[in-house]
Amino acid sequence: MPLLEDYAPIVGQDVIDDLRLLSERLRGRTVRNVNSTAVGGGVAEILNRLVPLLRQVGVEASWDVIKGGDAFFAVTKKIHNALHGGGEGLTPQDKEIFMETSRANMEAVDTGADIMFIHDPQPMALVARKRENKWIWRCHVDVSRPEPGTWDFLMSFIGGYDASVFSAPQFSRELPLRQFQIAPSIDPLSDKNRDLEPGFIDSVMEKHSIPRDKPVVTQISRFDRLKDPLGVIEAWRLVKKYIDCRLVLAGGGAADDPEGMQVYAEVMERAKGDPDLHILLMKQDDLEVNALQRASDIVIQKSLKEGFGLTVSEALWKGKPVVASAVGGIPLQVAHKHSGLLCHSVEGAAFALKQLLNSPDYARKLGENGREHVRRNFLLTRHLKEYMLLFLALDRGEDLVNI
Amino acid sequence: MKETRKATAPFRFYTRLQLTELTGRRASNLQQLADGLREISGASIYHHTHRFLQQHQFLSPEPPNDFAYWTAGELGEEALAERLYSLDIMRFDSIRALREAIIATIEGYVKANPMASLKFAAEGREFHFLKSISFIMPTRHEAADLREFADILSRITVDSIYYHVFESRLRLEKGRNDFSKWFEDCLGERELSALVERLDPYTQTLEDLRRNLLRGIERSL
Repeated sequence: MPLLEDYAPIVGQDVIDDLRLLSERLRGRTVRNVNSTAVGGGVAEILNRLVPLLRQVGVEASWDVIKGGDAFFAVTKKIHNALHGGGEGLTPQDKEIFMETSRANMEAVDTGADIMFIHDPQPMALVARKRENKWIWRCHVDVSRPEPGTWDFLMSFIGGYDASVFSAPQFSRELPLRQFQIAPSIDPLSDKNRDLEPGFIDSVMEKHSIPRDKPVVTQISRFDRLKDPLGVIEAWRLVKKYIDCRLVLAGGGAADDPEGMQVYAEVMERAKGDPDLHILLMKQDDLEVNALQRASDIVIQKSLKEGFGLTVSEALWKGKPVVASAVGGIPLQVAHKHSGLLCHSVEGAAFALKQLLNSPDYARKLGENGREHVRRNFLLTRHLKEYMLLFLALDRGEDLVNI
Repeated sequence: MKETRKATAPFRFYTRLQLTELTGRRASNLQQLADGLREISGASIYHHTHRFLQQHQFLSPEPPNDFAYWTAGELGEEALAERLYSLDIMRFDSIRALREAIIATIEGYVKANPMASLKFAAEGREFHFLKSISFIMPTRHEAADLREFADILSRITVDSIYYHVFESRLRLEKGRNDFSKWFEDCLGERELSALVERLDPYTQTLEDLRRNLLRGIERSL
């Protein structure tokens, strides 16, 4: 596990010094994070990194995971879909299942920390145990257009919280409590983002039989319609009329995700017979993803809908010029024409790809700017700083706070 | 090495760290933007006129405010955007005055270009009013003379420079930046003070500002 000081060569010793200075104001405070899974998913990934760092700077942070059976998680999956505006509402039976498991967790989870930090809807009902301490609801999903019945159900818990946190302004809505914006982050020292030996990058390209004889454009994402892999192929074909280049579509797919496998099959069908199109169905392998991004000339993320879309920050961190759809949290990561190019259509994506392939100096400048933007705004250390500021903000209502 | 004069009082470097608070308020067109500007807190005006500068401060020259960025990018009103980003923020010594100027700029433009008021941002691309919560804290760095000051300035975080140059002058309404004030009041360095006062921090990156400040100080040493 990296130490806070390990980040100094990347973000600067001055930033680390500020973090330590800030942490002095929180020394001895207990903060308990609660979510629904210890492994897998972005929330667990970030808690795995942030909780040890908070402890290193003297904040007594801990992390609990609620328990639940299949029926409970089927209901929470339904809630997740409904918050995204899709799916159906909750039945009275669903609500009872949710409450029954929540009541069991209220007995099991210690809710006495100075600050209870609740992640996503699954553990929300624990707030019934609130006493004099502070409670924060960290919402990682987009709740701007939820299914109304499900939202009403969740609102019955939200009122108990002192503050909420969203990743991007457009994910939130009007709420009867303070709302803060804290974007997620990437860890520059993780396998997905750390520097790699050129030999390793070459070996990954060889393993996947991707020659480096012409520019490589890559999209890393699971085979999901919302990531628009067919649109990426279409855009690339428009580019290829003028500029010879390769396209790599790489991502995971689960055997238990029938739609994902169907999308993969459609992509394979569309790619048939084109030696410059490389479709890689990969197991979770952060080092290989890292290598593919580093071996690419341009990274594209042409999603139709996106959560925060941290793959964009991953690519920018590697200094890659990026073409990405202006959806979800992507415009926060890419300032159009400054740290990448935003697009809204297949044609727009193709145009942007051509611009970058034809103007390597411009592309390089965007990549450099992008890396700097990520260094300042989307690394784990910024996330750590904002969580500590959030904890301090709970006690203070003013806009200018002397600490 | 020339001996440097001791200050009558040391300069304590502060830093300020920022957290963004969401207001839940949004605007889809220029009228809604102007209405919002009238009602939101000063912390929100401050956020939208200074956020770009901080987050993208390695890019220059750039429109230093979100209102300009949004009116150009989402409404296609380049001419209004130009007026908004060329507002000389140094001219204002309070957020209140800056707020009035921004509203007057938007309303004046709409009056002259009525069609502009018919434009709406696409769904999901609305303007979201946010605000900056600033946490101000003293660092361990203190300068007793100009040489120590330069030494600290060369390695302090840009957040600290930002606080003393922007936040202190405009948000705390001190009327001038902390550096100029100390140079004049505690070191008697009138020329250096005036030179720093003339640097327009809104048209350079914070690192360029740091370099320019250091260059000016070196000349006085």
